[in-house]
Amino acid sequence: MPYFFNTPDDRQAMLAAIGAGSVDELFASIPAELRLKRPLNIPPAMCEMELTRHVSALAAKNTGAGRKVCFLGGGSYDHFVPAAVDAICSRGEFYTSYTPYQPEVSQGNLQAVFEYQTLICQLTGLDVSNASLYDGGSAAVEGVLMCMGVTKRERKVVVAESVHPEYREILGTYLADRDTELVTVPAPGGVIAAADLDKAVDGDTACVLIQHPNFFGCLEDVRTVASIAHDKGALLVQSFDPISLGLLKRPGDLGADVAVAEGQSLGSPMSYGGPYLGIMACREAFVRRMPGRIAGQTVDRRGNRCWVLTLQTREQHIRREKATSNICTNQGLYALRASVYLSLMGPHGLREVAELCVQKSHYAAKRFAGGGTASAKGASGRFELPFVAPFFKEFVVRDKHGEVERLLAEATESGFLAGVPLARWYPSLVDSFLVTVTENRTRAEIDALSQCLEKAGSPAAGRHA
Amino acid sequence: MHNRQAVQLLFELSKPGRRALQCPPCDVPPAPVEELLGSDAVSSAPPPLPELAEPDVVRHYTNLSTRNMSVDTHFYPLGSCTMKYNAKRNERLAALPGLADLHPYQPESTIQGLLQLLYELQEMLAEIAGLPAVSLQPAAGAHGELTALMVAAAYFRHRGEPRRVVLAPDSAHGTNPASASMAGFAFETVRSSPDGTVDLDELRSKLDDRTAVLMITNPNTLGRFEPNIAQVAKLVHDRGALVYLDGANMNAILGVARPGDFGADMMHYNPHKTFSGPHGGGGPGAGPICVTDELAPFLPSPVVARSGDRFALDYDRPQSIGRVRSFFGNVGVLVRAYCYIRTHGPDGLRRVAEDAVLNANYLLSRVKSTIPVPHGDRCMHEFVASAERLKKDRGITAMDIAKRLLDYGFHAPTVYFPLTVREAMMIEPTETEGKETLDAFADALARIVDEAPELLHDAPHTTHVSRADEVRAARHAVLKWTRSD
Repeated sequence: MPYFFNTPDDRQAMLAAIGAGSVDELFASIPAELRLKRPLNIPPAMCEMELTRHVSALAAKNTGAGRKVCFLGGGSYDHFVPAAVDAICSRGEFYTSYTPYQPEVSQGNLQAVFEYQTLICQLTGLDVSNASLYDGGSAAVEGVLMCMGVTKRERKVVVAESVHPEYREILGTYLADRDTELVTVPAPGGVIAAADLDKAVDGDTACVLIQHPNFFGCLEDVRTVASIAHDKGALLVQSFDPISLGLLKRPGDLGADVAVAEGQSLGSPMSYGGPYLGIMACREAFVRRMPGRIAGQTVDRRGNRCWVLTLQTREQHIRREKATSNICTNQGLYALRASVYLSLMGPHGLREVAELCVQKSHYAAKRFAGGGTASAKGASGRFELPFVAPFFKEFVVRDKHGEVERLLAEATESGFLAGVPLARWYPSLVDSFLVTVTENRTRAEIDALSQCLEKAGSPAAGRHA
Repeated sequence: MHNRQAVQLLFELSKPGRRALQCPPCDVPPAPVEELLGSDAVSSAPPPLPELAEPDVVRHYTNLSTRNMSVDTHFYPLGSCTMKYNAKRNERLAALPGLADLHPYQPESTIQGLLQLLYELQEMLAEIAGLPAVSLQPAAGAHGELTALMVAAAYFRHRGEPRRVVLAPDSAHGTNPASASMAGFAFETVRSSPDGTVDLDELRSKLDDRTAVLMITNPNTLGRFEPNIAQVAKLVHDRGALVYLDGANMNAILGVARPGDFGADMMHYNPHKTFSGPHGGGGPGAGPICVTDELAPFLPSPVVARSGDRFALDYDRPQSIGRVRSFFGNVGVLVRAYCYIRTHGPDGLRRVAEDAVLNANYLLSRVKSTIPVPHGDRCMHEFVASAERLKKDRGITAMDIAKRLLDYGFHAPTVYFPLTVREAMMIEPTETEGKETLDAFADALARIVDEAPELLHDAPHTTHVSRADEVRAARHAVLKWTRSD
């Protein structure tokens, strides 16, 4: 047993000090009839070598981004992670510590959180950031709930159909037991139309939730959305892609009141969906309604600048059922990853990564479907882009043969994770899939996928890897 | 060893023109981005992030790390948080490319190994809980609480019962009432009896046809196993309500007693506590929940299903509450929990509980003569001492003792929780500490209470910073760096 200290002699000495005859006696407060009278029915223990062999074998059954060329996105992305991120975040002083309840011996974490909050404010153009939430989806939902609190409007929330469908599902789950109407504005052309939004928003609406770039990769008209929302006294929550802000105007500059994001792109592995971090920033006026931990600057008794957790009267351990949220922790280690990533990137690195995403995804779109318009076609004419709106790093491809499932399966056989099928969320897009191109993809890989897709369905397909 | 670089902020270290990451040249024919994205969408300059060289960043954060106490460096008896050793093997295995490089929307045929691991984890968590149905989706313990309460709400909605009240004892974690509110329930507190356990008469008086769920922590936050838990569960069930177990203290009963066997209908685990996390400076955790067969149809979607030797995600769950988190959940944390459980096996998990309880009782026996432990001479995995008398007699508070412990090289216990004990100090040593460490900690406490009160009021004396002005932080909130500072 690798992590235990007590030798048989220790146990005896400790029991003697306690005045107990046996370890069993220490469990005497558990009524006998409630105790488990057999060993747990789980597999026997493994030593480190056995465990390593076993888990490595399970891992080897998976073929992820390192073994297949990854064009998958939809909220989780194969961006490059610099080695320094792993080196710093694998320091035990960071990952084996906890929430900084004792600021005097947690200045490392607290300063890192304060820096994270500053970096997120710089990134979003908004006034304040919290110390992070669970993920992009729960951050979007917490953003909406915060707006309901701020506006005191509980009756209605408007969400764009082009927001990540899983984020919308979570919102639906959270609102199921409240009397809040969730109105979805359609996005038939890949983006929402101002006229549709204008019809949906009224004086009861707490907020509008949009995503920009949206789930299809398309750019929404955020300024117009903001003015429609604000005209009715509603707030705007914008879900964003942090990498896109190397190039795109910031949520705060476009009129968003709350900005939320999935932070995985900023230096975290995809890890089949988590752990990630939820980013949230908002206007100064809402800070006392913000969910989650917040670090603030102060001084110690000697006058030294230092940092503490602050504004805790919002939180569950003080306010209990009146708290702004039930969230207890943040995603400390992953917020740290995001901070280290942004520090290494700097403004110019982030701009370069964003530009590479834009250039490569547009090159790919052209290779697959001949360009950015619905009428344009690739070599065979089989594929087209159903949406004409500008996109950032991902785009929807329509297979006119309507064989998305088979097409993607054949691409997988040939060594590509080619795209995310959209039928599960969008019945009208049953013949379409979402393709993502990050800075990690090369022209050769894009060309190879293009050839693979062109050949799919023909007798020769699927044989070469 | 003064190190100025550690106390400067990234933004103060920044110098225009410095770079860390260099991107490769663009290998596709570029077009002007304003043309591709529309000039209205593109900003004239990138966001004003700091500009640093890679050695700057590495030195900065490495220095910052040395200003933390951590399990790797110090005894960390933070009650209720189970700060046990975090195995290095789990870190290495979770980082294997075959696990870390998987995209959440990969075809199931390409992730059979991972799905097998997650399926086996579901099975093991169900067996340890004594509750058959599992959702791995919640991202943290509090998120698990919220999810389970949503499951309960869906269950009662399905049955056409308008039950809208959640109960929990006054000793409960603050997340319990907060989760209840967030799930749309009204919340009511059940006062504890003087010995800190559930008062059956008080519970009886609170239970009625509006009661949906009793949330209970067992062992409770005083480190005591609720002696009447079976009666508590029966009272709740007789009124048609459900029992929710806050699994924060599972470390004490692994392989010894199972929540499903003592009447819980639903529970969450804190894998970052019980199954060695790690805690990550405040997360990520995970919050898998286990429920009875009756509640299983309402669990979040998807769950991992097995058919023969193939594993798949089951989305066909028409009564499910839906999603509570994007993608599958905190998979990296779940992989570590899997590694932890497989390392220990049935005997090892029981040994975890035994040594956690033995260590706590031993430490209690050493501490009680220094600082009274009001709720008895025996405990489970943790106990709560009270500095109330020290405060009255000598003006020494729980906070003073906590701060002075830092000087002695120990992280402080949880203080001022649970709310039911005055000047509370909640001490949880965990099983991954030896007798020598426990002795040294008890000795330090004994010395501290004999020290001059003034010395304690000003503690800590040896840390990088002394006591921080928390009032000023809240009153004049400075939540980010700005150039004028």
